[in-house]
Amino acid sequence: MKYERDPERIRKVLGDKVQFIQGDMAVSYGAVLAGCSFFGGYPITPASEVAEGIARLLPRVGGTFIQMEDEIAGIASAIGGAWSGAKAMTATSGPGFSLMMENYGYAMMTETPVVIANVQRTGPSTGQPTLGAQGDMMQVRWGTHGDAEAIAVAPSTVQESLDLTIEAFNLSEKYRHPVCVMTDGEVGHLREKVVIPEEDEITLIDRVPATIEREKYIPFTNSQTRDSKVPDFANFGTGYATYVTGLTHNKKGLPATDKQADHEELLTRLITKITDDREALEMVEEVELEDAEVAFITHGASARPAESAVALARAKGIKAGLLRLQIVWPFPRSAIARLSKQVNTIIVPEMCLGQIVHPIKEFADPDCKIVMAPKVGGEMHLPVELVEIIEKEAK
Amino acid sequence: MSDAKNVQALRERYIRKEMFPTIFCNGCGHGTAMDYVFHAIDELGLDLSQMAFASGIGCSSRIPGYINADGLHTTHGRALAFATGIKGANPDLNVVVFSGDGDCVGIGGNHFIHAARRNVDMTVILLNNYIYGMTGGQQAPTAPVGSFASTAPYGIIEQPFNVCEVAKALGAAYVARWPVSYPSQPIKSIKDALSHEGFSLVEMMSPCPTAFGRRNRKGDIKKLWQWYDDKYIMIEDYERIMEFGTEEEQEKAQDMILIGVFQDEHKPGFYAEYGRLIENLMKKDDAKWAGGG
Repeated sequence: MKYERDPERIRKVLGDKVQFIQGDMAVSYGAVLAGCSFFGGYPITPASEVAEGIARLLPRVGGTFIQMEDEIAGIASAIGGAWSGAKAMTATSGPGFSLMMENYGYAMMTETPVVIANVQRTGPSTGQPTLGAQGDMMQVRWGTHGDAEAIAVAPSTVQESLDLTIEAFNLSEKYRHPVCVMTDGEVGHLREKVVIPEEDEITLIDRVPATIEREKYIPFTNSQTRDSKVPDFANFGTGYATYVTGLTHNKKGLPATDKQADHEELLTRLITKITDDREALEMVEEVELEDAEVAFITHGASARPAESAVALARAKGIKAGLLRLQIVWPFPRSAIARLSKQVNTIIVPEMCLGQIVHPIKEFADPDCKIVMAPKVGGEMHLPVELVEIIEKEAK
Repeated sequence: MSDAKNVQALRERYIRKEMFPTIFCNGCGHGTAMDYVFHAIDELGLDLSQMAFASGIGCSSRIPGYINADGLHTTHGRALAFATGIKGANPDLNVVVFSGDGDCVGIGGNHFIHAARRNVDMTVILLNNYIYGMTGGQQAPTAPVGSFASTAPYGIIEQPFNVCEVAKALGAAYVARWPVSYPSQPIKSIKDALSHEGFSLVEMMSPCPTAFGRRNRKGDIKKLWQWYDDKYIMIEDYERIMEFGTEEEQEKAQDMILIGVFQDEHKPGFYAEYGRLIENLMKKDDAKWAGGG
């Protein structure tokens, strides 16, 4: 049965406009709203509720959910689904994310739009399955072998789990690239209010379909119909006879594995199709930054205690603020550079031993002091802990 | 029936010319198997634009590149999982997977098991050459006990993976094994597989003179193909010997390669069932909403 997105049916199936649900469930709501019609997944704590939500919702709106045999198959089936026209998704947590790395790179190399939700837990290995962490933020950037660019969003609230999942689908369709929703066990299992957006409150982006005649279609080069490095997409079954390979390929998609120039040309386009839009891809929230002298930079669950710490510090007369990264990759270089020129100190709370602190150091003004604030073991920072760090730095 | 009887005419119709010549060595069976698929497609009159070909990694996995149709050359062992998604998002497509023995039941064994168990609608052409050809002759999970490989320099001591028996046990809808040296039965089998609902497997015994033959001292191409031909036995003949044959005949039969149709069952494929599930759920919802519920 071929899927057709039906906004009215989707909202009827989702139910009440205002609900009190878990972050994981909100990811599944976002996917259904975005028009996801294929999901292949495998259960894993604390991400299983994403698959459970999708399993319950997707067939009722005409989409297909399959519990695959493992996470490798989960992402593989999603990529396959994307090639025959679906907005496709999978969801997992650390161990499964590690298993997905090869096919994550395959999606990059083959320019396949696909969404991967990673509800992060502690690691390495099996770690603390039920407890949240932010230790996969470098894996999402560098975890697959070879050179590549990454796109990743990081929700801090249940509402944002829904909203940024829609955004992830839009970015994946726009750039023909795998996009990760980097949530975590805290936000994933948190229950909060969500408001299901009306159809006119959301923007949906679909891949640009190939329309040129078949003989002239070049599947892996700049768009032939727009000024864009993202090629128009020929869904399987539309008569374009597209050959897709993870091997280094020429513009026609045919293997070209023995020449330096072919690889460099392909890689350059795969990366610059995203980095050319680096500025447009900066999505950050600024909290109390206007007059800030010290600032937190963080994302996801860690932004919640950081925001509370800003209020506590302000009550003590410290001019604190927060820069919250909603899109973490590509890294918001200009926002970091700007802020680091304004404040004396940047504190980076992370639920891991420090990952996004490294690119912050790379792109911040050298005169700005960068302070790591790691916390491991599956617990969020307490706002008072973060205030203590601010006070220590303010001395 | 086909109006393009000769191979050359078929190739003109179905190949992606700019990909030729193939990577296949002299005496390899893979190109022959590809021709059989062309024959089957042609005789069934299938529309190539409504077919999608998927593969993993290895010599046989290069075949989708040679076919002038949509093709997904994926990661090692995972073709069946990718194909599950291709079919799921567009059930109108006739999905065919080309995979080798190492790809399909070595690294990809778990996907093979579950695609067969789910009875996902697709046709798998598994080209079994007893060896990892592309990487230079390493041990394959299907290779007979006692055969040699670059990673089994003292002979293989492991039990081989019997692809057809496993698929049959898992309830795959259609399961057959044929040699590439027999032209007519494989084409008929591939036709049956392509038009069969659910999971269809045609295992083709495809000699690899370069990696398997040489390492196992099977002589030249002709001798290797003859070695294979001497080992084939139809399932029916095997069963007759095992029931009525002499001890000597039975012992000899144990060492043979069974060929024929192992399973031919008509039952709903996974996506037909899933389509019905969607339809019923939507009807139920519509009725509920119409009733103001």
